[in-house]
Amino acid sequence: MENTVETQAGLAGRAKFIVGGLLIIAAIVYLIASSTRASAQYFLTIEELAAKNEKVLGRDVRVSGAVIGDSIQYDPQTLTLSFTVAHVPGDNKEIEAQGGLGAVLHAAAIDPNRPRMQVVYVGPKPDLLKNEAQAIMTGKLGEDGVFYAEELLLKCPTKYEEAVPGQVEG
Amino acid sequence: MVANLGYGALVIALFVSLFGIGAAAYGVRKNQSAWVDSARNAMLLTWPLVTLAALSIIYLLVNNHYEVEYVANVTSNSMPLYLKVTALWGGQAGSLIFWSWLMSAFASAVTLRKWDRDREFLPWVTIVSLVTLAFFLSLSIFIENPFVRLWQTSAGQITSAMFPPARAVPYLPPDGNGLNPLLRHPGMIIHPPLLYLGFVSFVIPYAFAMAALITGRTDDRWIRLTRRWSLVAWLFLSLGLIIGGRWAYDVLGWGGYWGWDPVEIAAFMPWLTGTAFLHSVMIQEKRGMLKHWNMILVILTYDLVIFGTFLTRSGVLSSVHAFAQSAIGPVFFGFIGLTFITSLSLVLKRWNELKSEAQMTSLLSREALFLLNNLLFMGILVVCFWGVIFPLISELFTGQKVTVGPPFYERANGPLFAGLLLLMGIAPLAAWRHSTAKTLGRAIWKPFLASLVVVAAVLLRGVRQPAAVLGFWLSAFVAFVTLYEFWRGSLARYRKSGESFPVALWRLAGRNRRRYGGYIIHLGVVLMAIGIIGIEVFQTETQGTIPQGGQLALGDYSISFDSLATFDTADGRNVARAVVGVYHNGSYVGELHPRRDYYYESQQPMTIPGVRSTWEDDFYVLLVDWQPISSQGATFKVYRNPLVNWLWLGGIVFILGTLVAAWPDRDPEAMRLPVKRTVPYAATDA
Repeated sequence: MENTVETQAGLAGRAKFIVGGLLIIAAIVYLIASSTRASAQYFLTIEELAAKNEKVLGRDVRVSGAVIGDSIQYDPQTLTLSFTVAHVPGDNKEIEAQGGLGAVLHAAAIDPNRPRMQVVYVGPKPDLLKNEAQAIMTGKLGEDGVFYAEELLLKCPTKYEEAVPGQVEG
Repeated sequence: MVANLGYGALVIALFVSLFGIGAAAYGVRKNQSAWVDSARNAMLLTWPLVTLAALSIIYLLVNNHYEVEYVANVTSNSMPLYLKVTALWGGQAGSLIFWSWLMSAFASAVTLRKWDRDREFLPWVTIVSLVTLAFFLSLSIFIENPFVRLWQTSAGQITSAMFPPARAVPYLPPDGNGLNPLLRHPGMIIHPPLLYLGFVSFVIPYAFAMAALITGRTDDRWIRLTRRWSLVAWLFLSLGLIIGGRWAYDVLGWGGYWGWDPVEIAAFMPWLTGTAFLHSVMIQEKRGMLKHWNMILVILTYDLVIFGTFLTRSGVLSSVHAFAQSAIGPVFFGFIGLTFITSLSLVLKRWNELKSEAQMTSLLSREALFLLNNLLFMGILVVCFWGVIFPLISELFTGQKVTVGPPFYERANGPLFAGLLLLMGIAPLAAWRHSTAKTLGRAIWKPFLASLVVVAAVLLRGVRQPAAVLGFWLSAFVAFVTLYEFWRGSLARYRKSGESFPVALWRLAGRNRRRYGGYIIHLGVVLMAIGIIGIEVFQTETQGTIPQGGQLALGDYSISFDSLATFDTADGRNVARAVVGVYHNGSYVGELHPRRDYYYESQQPMTIPGVRSTWEDDFYVLLVDWQPISSQGATFKVYRNPLVNWLWLGGIVFILGTLVAAWPDRDPEAMRLPVKRTVPYAATDA
């Protein structure tokens, strides 16, 4: 008799825990799903961005490209930084096949026929911004075809083609 | 010569490890302890061998042997000695050696302990440790060899290879590339080794857990044996994360300390499972529950450690920290998959033996709240893992790379962190086994009321942001609950024993180090939370170009641009250093020297902020740009980061608490006896 009472209490107790646990798991799943929807950004190459022009206008996207050193202009009065980036492939395998990131960035920067894009960023000029650096930018493509970056991350492969840490600006 | 010596030592270490694995397996199969002892000696031998390899690299680094590719990559003539030595972990190949070296050191330390009571664990701990070591040694030998040299072929091309290619002559570059300037910081010198120490020490609890599963000795012996290892591993991991944050805050130049960068997350994930593990093992020790769960947590931690090492060492994700792409990715994934599946099948095999000895009955009992704490930690882990792999998943399914940034992590983790803080306030007052809203309420109302006073004070000061008010309330609540626990415990002792109050407090904490060390850690977390709320919610910034003598204002502060000088230094930098006067509420409080160092060698500038730091706020000035003839003046970016110092103070308290919890007892056997009084004060004097 006593035994069955205890089992029933055990079952009720277990149900309590299962319901509580499921509620929390549901809450976590909801948090992940809604946060993903709210902050997901397309990671595009410059070619893809040009092709999608209409669809991504005014939406936050991430773009990666090779910095053209001669195009870097900085106005310290307004902290406005402007430069041009050239298309680099987005696929890691493709980059490897073309001789690594350093070679790919170099090829992109010297090739005048690559699709290019002008970037405007307001803020301190990042230390790593230089010719043939890889710029990873988050921001919006404007109607004027200029990319307005809100965040700028740079990676600089050294001459031995080993990428070293870059710097975040944000 | 030295390169060959180091490489040879690595190869021998690999053979010794493989021998050790075989000998231990054979010994346990044939029940011959001579073979197990031989495996044990093999494990001891790996340490001097890997030490020899590591010393060889250091020798090459210090003596500018640029014919070795790794040396040419990470050092240069102008680097000071201490940086050349620490360049051991400045690049990929070297840091893998460093990993192996730590692994062999810990493995050797483990073999030296007394094994009389746990002899059956020895062969399996040996095997697990040596398999891990052999994996990392193979990476160094076959894929990321730090001893590879540069050669000039007869065609004049420079190639790199371990052994001389046909008709090639050694190539000696006159100077090396040098360590990236961003890495030339004291924080960067100790941050990676601390993280690695944390990573590697978690291998040991895992090895014991596997030994327990294989031998079927699935009681909590393995947990008691590795408790201090886990705490020490966790200590190093925490230290590494905190110091990494401090380094970012000092050097990266945007006033941030944590950027939800994939590599930061890679180090954070084993910390999360490790923290959950430290909490849930207490339940197994006290109540004999959650045994499956603890096994799974320790397996997860181990594989997240390997995954973390992989993430930092591959180009798989775009990150601030990422090293070059390399071929080690698939190998890492293979190893992680293999160990994960093997470990999980062992857990399944022992599933029935790991059944709980008791059942959870009360939702508000301490064990239930600990379980909830574990759920929340796992929630944060899933959020982090999802964020890191989301680009890979989305590319796989939609062909389109989609990424999530810091807003994702903040949004999804924010409520989970708040939930953890709330638990930190409630759980210490809940009783084991049975606890009801009534008993809990009776224990909690005093600190709760006190925390409301803090909320009122915060509101009176004009704070209206809901996140900040909630955060400050939770912090105050946890702080009061924790202090209340200290006070109640020492008061009881003081009354009973007649000791003076401070002595009672000291002895109370000393008698139950893990518990009160844990409470000190909670206080550290609260202080850190205050700092994080300060900088996240109340940070203000401005920027502007001002002529010499001009002023720039930010809130109560203003700066005046007094002068600027540029000069060259002996170690190959050109420094532009501004002198800036700082005024608070109109009165002069000091001067700052924000500067920009330009490294000629790597052609890279580095921005170093000037910071005025107080308990109220950090005033953070960056020199953005300047005119060579300073009539036009200079451009500054200025941040005010309120309360951020509490973050660092909290970090120190946190570490101190961990030290208290991990401090060795005078009588090591005393710790292993079960604690008799399982009912906390909350239940006894309520």
